[in-house]
Formats: sequence, C-alpha cells, structure tokens
Amino acid sequence: MSILRIRCRLFARYAELLGRDEVTVELPAPAVVSDAVRRLRDVLPEGRLLPERPLVAVNQRHVLPGEPLADGDELALFPPLAGG
Amino acid sequence: MPYCTTSVIDLAALIDAVAGPECGGIATFVGTVRCGEDDGPVRHIEYSGYEEMIEAEFAGIAAEARARWPRTRTAARHRIGIVLLGEASIAVVVAAPHRAEALDACRFMIEEAKRRLPVWKKEVLQGGEAVWRDNTGRRVPSGGGPRDPD
Repeated sequence: MSILRIRCRLFARYAELLGRDEVTVELPAPAVVSDAVRRLRDVLPEGRLLPERPLVAVNQRHVLPGEPLADGDELALFPPLAGG
Repeated sequence: MPYCTTSVIDLAALIDAVAGPECGGIATFVGTVRCGEDDGPVRHIEYSGYEEMIEAEFAGIAAEARARWPRTRTAARHRIGIVLLGEASIAVVVAAPHRAEALDACRFMIEEAKRRLPVWKKEVLQGGEAVWRDNTGRRVPSGGGPRDPD
C-alpha cells in the first residue's frame, strides 16, 4: 500500500485557531481531499475547530471535497473568502 | 507586475498601463476600506492572502475577461497587509473601444475576484477589537463554522 504525503496549509482564522500555518499528513492511497481534512481534524490539537467541509484548493486550484489527491500535493484550507 | 502589493495602489499607473489609441473608454473599480455598519469605527483592515494562488487566479480572471470581451485590456491590484480607512484595497481597470465592453468586463472581473481570490480581512476597530469578515461583509464566527447562520 502506498502512502501519500500531503502538505496542508492553513490560512487566516484557521491558522490563528490552530496556532500553525502548515502541517504535512500521510494518508494511505487512494485518498481524496475530505480524507485529508478528516485526518487534520483528528490529529491536530484543536483540529475539531476546523469545519468538516471547508473551502479547499489543491495545488492552487479551487476543488471540491471529493477531489483525488496525489503524493506531494499541496492542500490549502480556506476560511470564507474576503477579497476586495 | 504582480497583482498583490503591499504598497498604496497607484490607480493612475494602472490606467496608463491599459490606455491606448484604440480604446475609447476606461472603466475602473476601486474598493476602499470603510467603517462597518454594526461594529463601530474601523481603524484599519489587515489583509492576508495565499499570494501564489492570488496571482494565478487573477491571471485566470483577466484571461477569461479578455476571451469574453476580446478587445479589452485589463489591469488589477489587491493590497496585502494593513490598509487604512479610506485607502484602496483593490482596483480593477479595463480599457476597451466602447464603454459597454469596458464596464461589463470590469464588473465581471471584480465579481470574480470577490468570489475566487484567496484573501482574508481582519477588521481592527478603533477600540482595538479585531473581527474577521467574509466577502459579504458578515462577521466570521470565532469557532470553526464557515460563517454565522443567517
């Protein structure tokens, strides 16, 4: 069974809530975005402060929770956007 | 030029960048820091963002605008960092042969920017309280939920 290493980035309020802006998680392949979010909620102190379905991007592209992940992907978790 | 900037937005420079003899109109949108309606006077807003993705998203939005209105020329900037009351946080500038194309493309670009750019703002009030806001101006709750219930 292969292992996917996913670099997870947290922004704005999520980074404040969890006291960090980056963490790498390892997931058994195959895995999708919601698997990585679930892992973050389970393993991080205060991880339950993250919503189950946050806005997400993979490799700088907005995606849905069912998006497949590949080894080395960068997953970003976004609080509600507030540009402008 | 990058779309993100920590400096005051130079609107005249953006207009110069898109102006040309084939353009009969230039539409601009400038978003500015304002006082909130419900939380008292605002001292400033702290903008943060996922800058690599802002660059990619803004470039994509501009390309989509030029594909939809082929005769337009576009420029845009978004401030990152502390933006004082009354200062511009975002500017979108579109030049076109005729006003309808310029106005339509400018409206498209600002609406897509509001919807897609990974930018966040923390309003700092005169009293020192800090409030996260979403792109509708609503206060983001302090817990983990995506937003306050309606």
